[in-house]
Amino acid sequence: MPSHYPVDASRTDLARAFRANPFGPHRPELQRIVTRLRWCEVAGRHVLVTRVPHREWVLGRLSGRRGVDIELLEDQVFTSRAEAEWAVFKLRWQAVTGETLDID
Amino acid sequence: MMEKMIVGYADELSVAPGERIRFMVSCEPGVPSYRAEIVRLLSGDTQPDGPGYRDEALPGAASGEYPGRHQPVHAGAFGIVPHHGVFEDLSSLSLQVTVYPTLPEARRACVLSKTDPAGGAGFALWCDPQEGMVLALGDGAGGMRELATGRPLIAKEWYLVQATCDAGSGEVRISQRLLESYARDRSSGTARAGFADRASLSCGAPLLVAAHSRERDRRGRPIPELVFNGRIERPVVASRRLDEAELETLRYGPLPAALRPALCVALDFSREIDSDDIVDISPNRVHGELVNLPIRAVRGSSWTGEEMNFRHAPEHYAAVHFLEDALYDCEWESDFELEVPEGTRSGFYAAKLTSGDQEDHIPFFVRPPRGRATAPLVVIAPTASYMAYANWRSSMENEHGELDYNHLAEIFPEDRYLNLRPELGNSMYDHHADGTGVCYSSRLRPILNFRPKHGSLWQLSADMHLVDWLDSNAIAYDVLTDEDMHAEGVECLRRYRCVMTCTHPEYYSTPMWNALYAYTQGGGRLMYLGGNGFYWRVAFRDDKPGAMEMRRAEDGSRSWIAEPGEYYMAFTGELGGMWWRCGGAPQYLVGNGFVAQGFDFSSYYRRNPDSFDPRAAFIFEGVGSDEIIGDFGLIGGGAAGIELDSYNRGYGTPPHALNLASSEKHTDSYLHVNEDVGHMYLPIGGQDDPAVRADMVFFETPNGGAVFSTGSIGWCSALFHRGYDNNVSRITRNVLDRFLDAAPFDDGD
Repeated sequence: MPSHYPVDASRTDLARAFRANPFGPHRPELQRIVTRLRWCEVAGRHVLVTRVPHREWVLGRLSGRRGVDIELLEDQVFTSRAEAEWAVFKLRWQAVTGETLDID
Repeated sequence: MMEKMIVGYADELSVAPGERIRFMVSCEPGVPSYRAEIVRLLSGDTQPDGPGYRDEALPGAASGEYPGRHQPVHAGAFGIVPHHGVFEDLSSLSLQVTVYPTLPEARRACVLSKTDPAGGAGFALWCDPQEGMVLALGDGAGGMRELATGRPLIAKEWYLVQATCDAGSGEVRISQRLLESYARDRSSGTARAGFADRASLSCGAPLLVAAHSRERDRRGRPIPELVFNGRIERPVVASRRLDEAELETLRYGPLPAALRPALCVALDFSREIDSDDIVDISPNRVHGELVNLPIRAVRGSSWTGEEMNFRHAPEHYAAVHFLEDALYDCEWESDFELEVPEGTRSGFYAAKLTSGDQEDHIPFFVRPPRGRATAPLVVIAPTASYMAYANWRSSMENEHGELDYNHLAEIFPEDRYLNLRPELGNSMYDHHADGTGVCYSSRLRPILNFRPKHGSLWQLSADMHLVDWLDSNAIAYDVLTDEDMHAEGVECLRRYRCVMTCTHPEYYSTPMWNALYAYTQGGGRLMYLGGNGFYWRVAFRDDKPGAMEMRRAEDGSRSWIAEPGEYYMAFTGELGGMWWRCGGAPQYLVGNGFVAQGFDFSSYYRRNPDSFDPRAAFIFEGVGSDEIIGDFGLIGGGAAGIELDSYNRGYGTPPHALNLASSEKHTDSYLHVNEDVGHMYLPIGGQDDPAVRADMVFFETPNGGAVFSTGSIGWCSALFHRGYDNNVSRITRNVLDRFLDAAPFDDGD
């Protein structure tokens, strides 16, 4: 059961703050949004799958079932964990608000 | 893509020079051979700012090229009762069993079976998602004929199941009855048919509880399949049709004399709960055994809540909880052995396996020759804690996992391998497939996160920071394991001036706790260089090497919560759970105890007034009075982080203990532990709650001993900073040098 905290799609200032400092600590109103976006079902949750230790990751989605492999999103390869955090933040923002974050 | 293709385990964790250790290895297809090398582990953290991986080969010993082969794992907890003459020439049959399915909706599962599937002989009871309880009887023609109640069972409810096959009348009957009385229940039912006269009931297969089998393993034991998840109580098999009144008399207590001649077996799981034994209380005494550690000392159908300890009322605990994904011992064939050469230095070791870009390490520990010390310092490898976390699936399964860390979960190759192999079992932080908390662990299986280079710096991989510091500073040390301390008690510690823990010695058995306490009381010096230590009580069983039990009982920071009435450990009968609630709070043992955890940023310590007490002068030699301590480190960027312990007189910190330094300014992801929070309130995060901190504590013990405790898992991650030239390293060295000095501490006498 995900958090029910509403994400206000007009608060792109908070999205920009996350972009600038994805690992936090975040100010309270941003942390509540981050918590909302991180609080998702296991099945389908985005994870970073190590491709080269400490250097390269591919985005994956958990199956939520033992014995069923993680789905690898081969077009989503990152050499920076911060970039990966931002990419997933945008995906989740869109999923929760229905609006695309038009921020690089 | 990196995929793990070689895994293995050893039959021992602790070996002395002259002793043998066997290594079992399994390779995925595509690894025709691998090279094995025995190495002493010196450092393990491969992150860019870390000390890197270093090892030192142990020349000659067991090194070589070995053929790769795949070795199977047969998980699943079940029971085996051997075939016996009483099962021969059966023409009629009665079966009775009480069941509590925990995953009835998932797939068909076997409650009882004694079948020869190919020969069309024998009998079985199944729990089917659509058909409810199903009786299957051999048809004598290569098949099994079935009769089902047609009523699916409700999960986590007790049902009395009875089935009869009467050759005289030809009637076959099966019933299931919900033992709880709910209005509108439709899950009870009975079905009858008339094919008993054509049933072929006898076969030479063993009677299996909670499993079916069609194949045997290399040792001849049935390989379990379609394992039942849930509890089974008192299975009874009789060689004639018993009526309902007769069956009712068999459910509890002694068996009626009049029915004894009719019984094949009556399995009473309330007996020998501290073992793998299945006791048959019928006159035939066809005893069996449990395989792969199904859970014992669990509530049965007659548990009332009047008694919480299974030893006081075993009849209330007459059930066994069977599980499709439980595993004790892979029982792989050995691939190579090592006889530890005489003169081998004590330390952290591994069998390093390589093939192309593939690599695995199977860690083990070389202790000093038995009965001797080869250094004044001994490091205790926290093997009980390594086992508790063995094959931790949290990053892939925990509903709140990402919230704990406040960043995306990183999945390492070892995690992915584990996810694809449920049969490798679980950690004590995980749940079984049916949602039951995992209360047993074993080291007789590949443990994917018990590896020196594991990307998640936790337990062994984090402890490598300490090993690196000891090696880089040319500090001589021996290594003993938790299992050594459990088996030998304080005697194995008394040979040392100083005992040093690793970063997270969380799980302690009673003999381990007693050994450490006796050591400090007897003038020993203890350096507790971690956090959340001595927190959970665990149990071992002498006849079950490599297995460990714990119960996440009434309190504490828990990934699952033990069921009411199931706080006592089957292995020993001891109350499980937090040591605090068992009369041995960590504060009493080491001066501080678990108070908060968080997993984003680590912090630092600031000196308290107690640090200026002359008794503590040796600790802070070379450290300025206003100096910030440990605002650096390889885990979260500080020495005070991850799990924190604090000074607390109320829990048992000795009254003369000095609270030397405290951490501060933790983030809100650091939360005050729930056992302290009697009544919920909002500000329990690091930014608000002053209890969220690590306290560094020192106190003297009787007979000239002393204890120094850092209260932080992150402490050792700061040792490496600036080439070990930093105040965390300096304080650690100051304490070690004084603790190795024979001069007694002033205990006031």
